[in-house]
Amino acid sequence: MHGSLPPAIRCTDLVKRYDGRPPVDAVRGLDLEIAQGECFGLLGPNGAGKTTTIEILEGLLTATSGQVEVLGLAWTRADHEIRQRIGISLQETRLSEKLTVLETVTLFRSFYRQGYSPADVLARVSLEEKANSLVGKLSGGQKQRLAVATAIVGDPELLFLDEPTTGLDPQSRRQLWEIIREIRSAGRTVLLTTHYMDEAERLCDRVAIVDHGRVIALGTPHDLILSLGGEHMIEFTLENGAGSHLPVREELTALPGVIAAGQENGLIGLSVSEPHVVLPALLDYLQRHGCPLKSLTTRHASLEDVFVKLAGRHIDESQASEP
Amino acid sequence: MKTTFRPLNRERYSPMWQIVISRVREFYREPEALFWVYGFPILMVVGLGIAFRNQPIEKITVDVEAGPRAAEVVETLAGNSRFVVAAFSDEQSRLRLRTGKTDLVVSVASDTQPHYEFLYDPSRPPSLLARNAVDDALERAAGRQDVATVTEQEFNEPGGRYIDFLVPGLLGMSLMGGGMWGVGFVTVDMRIRKLLKRFLATPMRKSDFLAGIMASRMLFMVPEVIVLVLFARLVFDVRVFGSILAVIFLILLGAVMFSGLGLLMAARPRTLEAVSGLMNLVMLPMWMLSGIFFSSDRFPDFVQPLIKLLPLTSLIDSLRAVMQDGASLASQWSPIALMVAWSVVSFAAALKWFRWV
Repeated sequence: MHGSLPPAIRCTDLVKRYDGRPPVDAVRGLDLEIAQGECFGLLGPNGAGKTTTIEILEGLLTATSGQVEVLGLAWTRADHEIRQRIGISLQETRLSEKLTVLETVTLFRSFYRQGYSPADVLARVSLEEKANSLVGKLSGGQKQRLAVATAIVGDPELLFLDEPTTGLDPQSRRQLWEIIREIRSAGRTVLLTTHYMDEAERLCDRVAIVDHGRVIALGTPHDLILSLGGEHMIEFTLENGAGSHLPVREELTALPGVIAAGQENGLIGLSVSEPHVVLPALLDYLQRHGCPLKSLTTRHASLEDVFVKLAGRHIDESQASEP
Repeated sequence: MKTTFRPLNRERYSPMWQIVISRVREFYREPEALFWVYGFPILMVVGLGIAFRNQPIEKITVDVEAGPRAAEVVETLAGNSRFVVAAFSDEQSRLRLRTGKTDLVVSVASDTQPHYEFLYDPSRPPSLLARNAVDDALERAAGRQDVATVTEQEFNEPGGRYIDFLVPGLLGMSLMGGGMWGVGFVTVDMRIRKLLKRFLATPMRKSDFLAGIMASRMLFMVPEVIVLVLFARLVFDVRVFGSILAVIFLILLGAVMFSGLGLLMAARPRTLEAVSGLMNLVMLPMWMLSGIFFSSDRFPDFVQPLIKLLPLTSLIDSLRAVMQDGASLASQWSPIALMVAWSVVSFAAALKWFRWV
């Protein structure tokens, strides 16, 4: 769609090693190409190397090896030019609490040669009414929207958002999603990191699932889910002490329409393409083997299921501190 | 919630001005900081002013050892209102001397000629003063005639008193403390809050930021200096004998120099503890050697070249020369050149070594 434009971001064989005993390899050979106008998500558990990756792309960290191009330009050769054209919201910046919202945005506006007027930006993130409030008095969601305001005040072609909704309540998250969608629909490129699967699924044109410093899956959320083979999940649990015969994985997989089966903590999950075909067969199977059902749900497959399939664990379970 | 936007504006905002005005706003919205910056120097001058006010002539306490002719001596000395005199036993008066309750013990020998014994500690100035004054009074009472005429005049002119010496020292100390703490703490705090990293992520020019931080410090310094100088003038009649413009120039130069040094101290540390330690380490020799409270000339000759190189020495020496002696700026070229050198070197080094993340 933008054939003549350079990609917003291109990086090849990115490696970042933190010296120490033992050295930590945060990023181990990561390739990305993000087109202009895309909303792209780096998805992965904490400690997967998302923040390290995004900070290298932002020019705040230097890679141990690998090439990085941002808007067709290279860091160290064209730093000032790149900075004029990108916007960044970091994880955990504490803006000055004694400045007002408007003063903060004006300060950031002054660093850019062109951009929106501070008042316009506040309207864009729905903080007009808070213009004269001190930053210290804002709620978490408002602070996060202010952080986004400082990132977009220079009207960036490329916007980096590191964990923009982490720790926010559902309503604040939806407000931020709305803001990000508007930026995206204005033709700007957005690169965000998140460990929320639903966020990536709703917001991103494409996602890269990152684990242990590598991309383990790349594509549109829809394609990634299709790659599971079935778009639907059937999950069920059985009553305790339900006879001696527990369902056998091979037998479940052999049921008509079942693509894959798995079990975790008593929850049995089936990946299926057509639930209406599978359900009668499944109920019949359980009946025959004397396994009383405790609960049964069907749902659309999610990126979470993709991660579980590829990494063999849930995203929340892989807590490790990000370097 | 669709919003329409006005077209992009290309209006130029001055980043340095924005940084300065932001610092000023943060500062005056923090009442505690206001006290430490403006209340503290006044308390300091008041305290020192009380300690070093021009004191009335002190009374001299003399004990006379009890004996046959003690009453006679007590009577002679009591004729002079400077003496607080009384008779005590030998034991009592020695105890009073040892504990500093009396300056001198006089005992009367039982000769036919007047003969007195003085008991005192010659290393104590009040005792020495008492010994001479009592000797004088007793000799006169015994009939000594003065042969020369002596008239006395008290010297207490503004410019020559200790307070006149002290105020330039305090000014220098306040510029040093304010510059170093004001710049150093704020900067490291911004590093801890990752605000420096956030700024680095924008096209902000690093020199704009560092210059803005220094310039805001200049602004905070103005009321601080005015308060100190006005207070000294109104309460202690401390006058400036040289040109006011020269004094202002020196104060500005001193403020630039110390905020540059503060920036240099804050260039690397990642904790407030580290930057405080570093700044105390740098300021301690200057507190001791640069002549805030007494002239640095009192230190031995071999350390003098070193003392002269210290930033605070240059500032205080040149301030004293202009304020107390009415010297011209031109005559102070060497401390001024040294201060310019300190400013340039520390700003450049801070810019080079500054850690943003």
